[in-house]
Amino acid sequence: MKTTGTPRTARAVRTPGGLSFRLDVRTCTVVGLLLAAALAAGVVLIGTGDFPMSAADVLGTLVGQGGQGQEFIVRELRLPRVLVGLLVGACLGLGGALFQSISRNPLGSPDVLGLSQGATAGALAVIVLFSGSATAVTLGAFAGGLVTGIALYLLAWKQGVHGYRLVLVGIGVSAVVTAVNGYLITKADFVDASRAVVWMTGSLNGRDWTQVRPLLALCAVLVPLVLAGARGLRMLEMGDDVAHALGVRVERVRLLLMGSAVLLVAAATAAAGPVGFVALTAPQLARRLTRSPGPNLVPSLCMGATLLVTADWASQRAFGADQLPVGVVTGVLGGVYLLWLLVTERRAGRI
Amino acid sequence: MNRLTADDVTLAYDHRVIAEQLSVEIPDNSFTVIVGPNACGKSTLLRALSRMLKPSRGRVLLDGQVIQSMPAKKVARTLGLLPQSSIAPDGITVGDLVGRGRYPHQGILRQWSAEDERVVQESMERTRVAELADRYVDELSGGQRQRVWIAMALAQQTPLLLLDEPTTYLDIQHQIDVLDLCAELHEEQGRTLVAVLHDLNHAARYATHLVALRGGKVVAQGAPNDIVTAELVEEVFGLRCQVVEDPETGTPLVVPAARRARVRVGATEAS
Repeated sequence: MKTTGTPRTARAVRTPGGLSFRLDVRTCTVVGLLLAAALAAGVVLIGTGDFPMSAADVLGTLVGQGGQGQEFIVRELRLPRVLVGLLVGACLGLGGALFQSISRNPLGSPDVLGLSQGATAGALAVIVLFSGSATAVTLGAFAGGLVTGIALYLLAWKQGVHGYRLVLVGIGVSAVVTAVNGYLITKADFVDASRAVVWMTGSLNGRDWTQVRPLLALCAVLVPLVLAGARGLRMLEMGDDVAHALGVRVERVRLLLMGSAVLLVAAATAAAGPVGFVALTAPQLARRLTRSPGPNLVPSLCMGATLLVTADWASQRAFGADQLPVGVVTGVLGGVYLLWLLVTERRAGRI
Repeated sequence: MNRLTADDVTLAYDHRVIAEQLSVEIPDNSFTVIVGPNACGKSTLLRALSRMLKPSRGRVLLDGQVIQSMPAKKVARTLGLLPQSSIAPDGITVGDLVGRGRYPHQGILRQWSAEDERVVQESMERTRVAELADRYVDELSGGQRQRVWIAMALAQQTPLLLLDEPTTYLDIQHQIDVLDLCAELHEEQGRTLVAVLHDLNHAARYATHLVALRGGKVVAQGAPNDIVTAELVEEVFGLRCQVVEDPETGTPLVVPAARRARVRVGATEAS
């Protein structure tokens, strides 16, 4: 924490028609850089694998100037996988930022509150009890996430949902669902169990256009909805009473945003499995980069996408194509980051 | 008809009833102060007046309309509230926090107009925090921070402003500072102010209209000079005292009876 404040450079943009916005220069820069990084990592990732391609070749193929073989590899195999990675990362980053802001707790992320575990339970139930198809597993995970989200809201509701209650109830829910998951694994035969374990680490292996389209549609609806509610969320940070006094319909905003966050996280988990720690770390990292108060929704979204795609690239580079699921890498990175955060905050005397 | 009234309201949290059939009118352009012992329902009344708490019976009227039925932002442009519990988000600057008071005047396409900027600047100047605009709120002293929150409420530009114990946790100098500011807002801008205060002498000194509550009932209301007597203080707070004239302002000054006197009187009453 600095001892003297430095003026933030915010630009007011106003048009003659009465439109007006305030743009924080640093936040805009961070968003721009993160977007560029995410896209660059995406291009590099498309070029990575058993058939390596240069970035120029990838870009050429994307605009339709590649050979037939390249065309097939890029369009049918690698582009959808990278898009799933970007979208899943974006959903987790945004969902995590929403949950952390609503719970007023940096640890109040979907992985801690049991949402990822809930989606896992849904997927495991389909794998173990019905030996279901990949589509059925995806639907099961989505349903599991939704049911857990609704249970969380109902259990935490007491004259409205409050941060501390949400986190405590979430940890309880998480413990119960984790136990259920353990039980399901012990019930499974060997083939189902190994399939379940691979799913549980979170992976982008073999993701194709059937995962991209629903995710993209969901994001197209939810992201604008969430950003429209973001101003209310900023007010909620000052406490329910202040937000209420300023004319925010507190419970409505919270229900809308929490519902959106549950959908985003459930969809992301259904598409790629419970990729650990992205939802927890992306908002924190974004916040440290922008140094801006507020939920930092857009920076968190971009950070999530960048993190996931970079982690996937790192795992492919270090261990060879499709050897190590991306969830392992984000788990290790996230764990190290969390420790670093706890140690530095402890030094600063805040914990 | 006054702009803000509570009409025969019953106030309860879950099933714990705080006040029954309570009616209070806030005189327009007054500086109304609500006093009473702990748990008499004064903060609860303020919550009901600011539509934080929905009365289980009766209604709160703002400009003749039931306050719960009005659009949230419209109420927020008429009536401001500075609650007791407010959280300054991590790493927020004074200017940014005060700017958030403009929320009810903004929309999704009109997020930061020239008017917003002007009002925020004016609010900060009025509360003497303009030179702190770029400082972080969490590095300010308690007194400065309270002035910043008041500036935020001012930026809301409401003709009615409700303050829940604005002087709690401040030392005496900053208590007076905040109350002086309230008096200025009331006198110079003709705002209607409603505050809950703990200190009876501050209430008597600054209020133009005093409401004394006990057990969820109004025991007395009116100008401090008319209603503050030793009998009233004993009835409301259960405290023996003398009421003398404040040498500075001529308002009633409550001086609690010495411990010996109270103990002796208590002893004779008991025997």
